[in-house]
Amino acid sequence: MTMPAPASTATVDLAARFPDVVQLDARPDYTGFIVEKDSLLEVAAAIRDEFGFDLLSSVTGVDYAPDKMEVVYHAYRTSGGPGLAFKVQIPRIDPVEVPSLIHLWPGVDLQEREVWDLLGIKFSGHPDLRRILMWEGFEGHPLRKDWKEGFYEEDVKPFKSRWPQGKFAMAEDLNPFGDNLTFPKNFDPEKWIPEGEALLYGALARYTVENEDGISSDRIVINMGPHHPSTHGVFRAVMTLEGETIKGLKPVLGYLHRNHEKIGERNTFLQNMPYTDRLDYFNSMTNNFGYALAVEKLMKIPVAERADYIRVIVSELSRIQNHLVFIGTLLNDLGAMYTPSLYAYEERELVLDVFEAISGSRMMCNYYRFGGVVRDIPDDVMQKIKDLVYERIPPKTDELDRMLSENEVLLARMRGIRMINAEDAVAYSITGPVLRAAGVPYDIRRADPYGIYDRFDFDVAVRYNGDLMDNYLIRIDEIRQSLRILDQAIRQIPQGPINSQKPAYQVRVPAGEAYGRIESPKGELGFYVLSNGKPNPWRYHVRAPSFVNVTALEKISVGTKIADFVVLLAMFDMVMGECDR
Amino acid sequence: MYGKGILKGLGVTWKRFWDTYTEDIAWVLRGKKRYYTEEGVQHRSSKDQKGIFTVQYPEEKLIQPEESRFLPFLVYNKLPDGKREILCTSCGICPKVCPPQCIWIVRSNDPVTGRPIPEPTEFYIDMDLCMNCGYCAEYCPFDAIKMDHDFEVSSYGRNVYDMEKLLKSSEYYKSIRPLNYEREEAARITEAEAKKAKEAARAAAQAAKPANPPAAPTA
Repeated sequence: MTMPAPASTATVDLAARFPDVVQLDARPDYTGFIVEKDSLLEVAAAIRDEFGFDLLSSVTGVDYAPDKMEVVYHAYRTSGGPGLAFKVQIPRIDPVEVPSLIHLWPGVDLQEREVWDLLGIKFSGHPDLRRILMWEGFEGHPLRKDWKEGFYEEDVKPFKSRWPQGKFAMAEDLNPFGDNLTFPKNFDPEKWIPEGEALLYGALARYTVENEDGISSDRIVINMGPHHPSTHGVFRAVMTLEGETIKGLKPVLGYLHRNHEKIGERNTFLQNMPYTDRLDYFNSMTNNFGYALAVEKLMKIPVAERADYIRVIVSELSRIQNHLVFIGTLLNDLGAMYTPSLYAYEERELVLDVFEAISGSRMMCNYYRFGGVVRDIPDDVMQKIKDLVYERIPPKTDELDRMLSENEVLLARMRGIRMINAEDAVAYSITGPVLRAAGVPYDIRRADPYGIYDRFDFDVAVRYNGDLMDNYLIRIDEIRQSLRILDQAIRQIPQGPINSQKPAYQVRVPAGEAYGRIESPKGELGFYVLSNGKPNPWRYHVRAPSFVNVTALEKISVGTKIADFVVLLAMFDMVMGECDR
Repeated sequence: MYGKGILKGLGVTWKRFWDTYTEDIAWVLRGKKRYYTEEGVQHRSSKDQKGIFTVQYPEEKLIQPEESRFLPFLVYNKLPDGKREILCTSCGICPKVCPPQCIWIVRSNDPVTGRPIPEPTEFYIDMDLCMNCGYCAEYCPFDAIKMDHDFEVSSYGRNVYDMEKLLKSSEYYKSIRPLNYEREEAARITEAEAKKAKEAARAAAQAAKPANPPAAPTA
């Protein structure tokens, strides 16, 4: 049995370094430090430069209604080890301001915009603080505790109207659209001119220089998306072009936004589990893992030994099928329509067959429970997994490798086109294969092991050129490493119970905060869960790798050709369900 | 040589192309049907698959494993007199655990005693809200609600299922989930036997010491 790792605080004493402005967060079951607002920049610079926490992984806010708000930062060292949480507390007045860290870590760009959008905390010094997930005319900040959604029923589930007098009525009949919604004053949709568009194009214009060489030429503004086959969903990139060269780019997100975090605060802890499936819908098995880790940390419960192994097996199977699909869709984006992607989908189908047999669903697995998993792997399915791991996937990976990796057309498109260098990748908080392809061997399974990953012998796949070809090849490397882990896990898995807890539909979660993070196939997937002892989480934040990685898109794309942009975007392996949340 | 990589790749696709036909011929020589049979579908979704992988839905369907879940249904037992014994006691656990809150139950009270009747008066599930998570079936203490295998439920209107549409017989449940049914049935039998043995023991104890007053219930 593995106990959840103690709350991850690195052994640095920030309070001793800054005795006046930093104090230890002394609330029970909270970790990290509370920093005075006015000294945030100074302290953050010391955290990065003196203490070596070079990767600022997550920025989020918490609304401690009615009087206080908090911005929570999680910083990590790319050399590994536990992280450091530091927080800024501010009064809950409108508008509250916190200094922006964008000049220390450019990777906070989109995350700070998200905190502003959803919680209404302003970041002074942020050059482009616009709404990001909500639309431009939206009034209010939805993650504040006093904000109510359109079909609002009650603050928390379970709703009392369902039982024992549960006369069915549709929510839209009881609560017609519009009752809870607030609009800006004198809002008339017929006459509304979206100011945000002007702001957006204004932000782009800053990157352009007019009249080069004394010739007056217009730059073209192109909207790529939200409906474009290469954007893998409803992602929109607005760019200015000079000829075929990208001169400025802004990502526009939020088309698939459903306020997952607000839903999560209304749900009970257990009810959130199937919702996490819907984040990165290719990898529900790893999404569940991150959320289960965070809540298990809060509950301080161990995980059953067999369940630990099962979790590793399903996570690595999930990683394999994700990377196969990545390679398939990448080739689709490059113009090799359908053949490679359908070849890749064959192995994915077989992995999904396994998932369906153990969890009941192919994609929305909902397989983890706090303390273990829901169902054991029966012997016949275990045999199926063995067949896949030992007989099917290795030759098929080699086949894919043989089919694609030496293809001259592919090489001409991908070799030597630089994506990002190691230094920038860390500054922009990129995680996952893109970071490792840039030469930073940072894999949370090794850097800050969770579950039982410290028991397995595997290499952190890393490549050093940082070009598109490396980003492609590293996926194949990772498939092979996952097969190594699977081989060990299948041989070591013990018999025994699959859950350390008794099945209970209402779990008791003591008050406190926890940040559970895993190495999802796309990067660091973190869940920041805050409990106040009630059946529902007070705050539930998802640090989605797809979302944070997009921050660097502008940096990566400016200066490249528009034809390469499609490939650059594909390399992030974005899933909009996770990106827009 | 320039172009070697492309030729290698083409070799892979070429091999796959012929694999379909060599497999077809091998199946014909063995006297078996590769298409539109359960055996064929099973083979095509196994590790030994070669060549064509696709399943021709709706003529062919993938074989669903027992744990496969889609929408929930209510289980009833057929009684000898033709009546239906609904297992649900309207205890309210499924509407409480349901993440999208799509279950509505009406529980009634006995007009004479005023106590709740252990059977739902009305039961609605809004299948358009249902997220197929399976919690209702997982946490039901009476094995009264189970997840169905039937996924072909598209319709033109809203799918709000009432009790009539939700109820399915325990034979149907047994046919889609035989292993689960056996396990639950065995658990029910052992529980009933344990209860019987306990009662017999208590009766025996009571017969042995008729003078003792009954023990006060412990809190």
